[in-house]
Amino acid sequence: MKTFMMAVLAFLVVTNTTAQEKSMALVDGGNYTPLYGVGEQADAEVLEFYLDINPVSYSDFQLFVQQNPEWQKSKVKKIFADSRYLSNWENDTQAPTDLLDKPVTMISWFAAKAYCECQGKRLPTVDEWEFAAMASASKKDAREDSLYNVSILRSYEQPKTYLKTVGLSPANYWGIKDLHGMVWEWTQDFNSIILTGESRNNGNTDAGLFCAAGAIGAKDMMNYAAFMRYAMRSSIKANYAITTIGFRCAKDALPQKHITSK
Amino acid sequence: MSSKNRYYNKRYLYLFILLSGILFTACTQGKSNNSNHSKDYSKTKVFGEMVAELTSPPHVPPPIGNRPAMKLYMEMEITEEEMDMADGVSYLFWTFGGTVPGSFIRARVGDEVEFKIKNHPDNKLPHNIDLHAVTGQGGGAEASFVAPGHEKTFSFKLINPGLFVYHCATAPVGMHIANGMYGLILVEPEGGLPPVDKEFYVMQGDFYTEGRFGEPGLQPFDMQKAYDERPDYVVFNGSTTALSGENALQATAGETIRIFFGNGGPNLVSSFHVIGEIFDKVYVDGGDQINSNVGTILVPAGGAAILEFKADVPSNLVLVDHSIFRAFNKGALGILSVTGEENEKIFAGEIMEGIYLPEGSTIQKMPKDGNTISAPVTMTKSELIDTGKKIYMQACFACHQANGEGVANAFPPLANADYLNADVNRSIDVLLHGLSGEITVNGKKYNSIMPSQQLKDEEVAAVLTYVYNSWGNNGAEVTPEMVNKRRKK
Repeated sequence: MKTFMMAVLAFLVVTNTTAQEKSMALVDGGNYTPLYGVGEQADAEVLEFYLDINPVSYSDFQLFVQQNPEWQKSKVKKIFADSRYLSNWENDTQAPTDLLDKPVTMISWFAAKAYCECQGKRLPTVDEWEFAAMASASKKDAREDSLYNVSILRSYEQPKTYLKTVGLSPANYWGIKDLHGMVWEWTQDFNSIILTGESRNNGNTDAGLFCAAGAIGAKDMMNYAAFMRYAMRSSIKANYAITTIGFRCAKDALPQKHITSK
Repeated sequence: MSSKNRYYNKRYLYLFILLSGILFTACTQGKSNNSNHSKDYSKTKVFGEMVAELTSPPHVPPPIGNRPAMKLYMEMEITEEEMDMADGVSYLFWTFGGTVPGSFIRARVGDEVEFKIKNHPDNKLPHNIDLHAVTGQGGGAEASFVAPGHEKTFSFKLINPGLFVYHCATAPVGMHIANGMYGLILVEPEGGLPPVDKEFYVMQGDFYTEGRFGEPGLQPFDMQKAYDERPDYVVFNGSTTALSGENALQATAGETIRIFFGNGGPNLVSSFHVIGEIFDKVYVDGGDQINSNVGTILVPAGGAAILEFKADVPSNLVLVDHSIFRAFNKGALGILSVTGEENEKIFAGEIMEGIYLPEGSTIQKMPKDGNTISAPVTMTKSELIDTGKKIYMQACFACHQANGEGVANAFPPLANADYLNADVNRSIDVLLHGLSGEITVNGKKYNSIMPSQQLKDEEVAAVLTYVYNSWGNNGAEVTPEMVNKRRKK
């Protein structure tokens, strides 16, 4: 009986993931050194996970809003989204038609989180996001590649990249697109660098990203692109709806691995 | 901070005040206009409130005069926008108030400022402001940290008079400053600074671009060059053309002039000088100490100074960073155009004036042999070109540049230049007698001075032949005879 249940469960999980796998890429786990290491634990371990290949587009989000009226702009609870939430939408259910294939922005962290949960997914953690985003087209970790770093920095400097079409840029090592050069992305624990008690104890006070203090906690002084991402993350709050922040969803890969290994 | 810590800090403060009191009684020689050292402006009462006027460079808001300390409201919008850094060269600047440097803030010691900072929704990055005039908490950096599409209001009391730099202090700080996020805040003493006729706001900054100086198009920020402190551009007020041509600063002879000069950096220290003037008064480092009769001042990155002088005679005064390659090769040049009556007692007008020419281009002593006018040595065209190239690199290169490209708005190009190709005799005359006044070269107006060159006929012929046979010019040959004929006219 137990094995039968497991088989059914495995079947459900497998069919479920195959449907989602089309739009997600598997990222092998590993260790990496975050820009802001936490105490002696300089290396962070990232477990195997799935990440959406593309950022969520306006058309994706339009569907979500149509099915979940509590996230429509006139109905959303004020504590979950500030007044700029979906403010460029024509009405509660209609995204701007010329933006349908663009990454959705002006959404709050709460809305992004709800969207992912609706799909049986979740927002990626900062470590997962950074781990996936350090890959170039050919390498898992291209942070030593100065040309790659320069190209990221360059893309961050371009204005209005939130108007680019989703999915047109080349995929990285994991098959994931548009991590750089399109929009900033919400992460599950975007404010952990700044706000948790532990990071304060480790010297990363809330002044950690200003002036010279910003350099004290950092592991890689030349990673200007990462500085920009961390600065952005620390400037926002979960109810902010910003023109240049979108998101994508992630999903644990472990249950599936557990089953297939049996 | 715990209250215990605060208590200790206060004790140190009292000790410091006590010690400084002893120092001041021991040394009263220092020339200083201040009587304010002991005055505690944190207790100054404010009377009434007003909205502060902020101005774009090179303009300065009106003086505070005799007004009491007040509550001041001010607003600044942060933008990320593409603007010109030189002719045909643009850059994505990050700005306070839409300009580089940012808007000039003028207040009075004792003022209470309520400062609203707005980050434009289209901006990609969070920003903040660290005002060196503000005491506490990163100069406002923490309180003003603001995401795109948001605004923050914070307040502070100005308790130290002086001229101070403000800048963005968001990580990566170097990059925010390198992209133009700095400006000046003036905190006037009680009663204000002494009145003058004209006030200007000039700020130096170094910029790091992917392309070399003058390479056209939108130039991205080059992180490696910034790290290595190798700027391609060193400019006043954010552009090589911000203070020249139509944008030159204007004054009339006899007027007293005050320049609020700041250095945003991010890396270089400025050797600021105004060619053709002497600073009557320098508020050293923007503080209380006053120095008199100064030629060149040193202004650190993140520092400022107040300079005063009287524009005695009409001329084009040239503002430079006297680390001089920056002036002639990287854009640190500006013009203060003084018009009005000549005053021959001060300046007789016989000596060449106005533009500093680095070694090699002014009067040169030529080898003594054959100094008297001898029969012209005949040279073939290729010999003329070879000789001419050497002379060019000594006498002409500093202004007209290695490939004849000139310096925008200061020195006209020789490469593919219509003015040059139109008239060979005119070119000979320019070398023999110099040239001043407005000319148009390739559609652009230039109004500066070229001194006459102390060259022999053969040398004039050689250098001109070299120029005419380089960089797309018409290939004319100039002979020593032709030069000699023009000389005799």
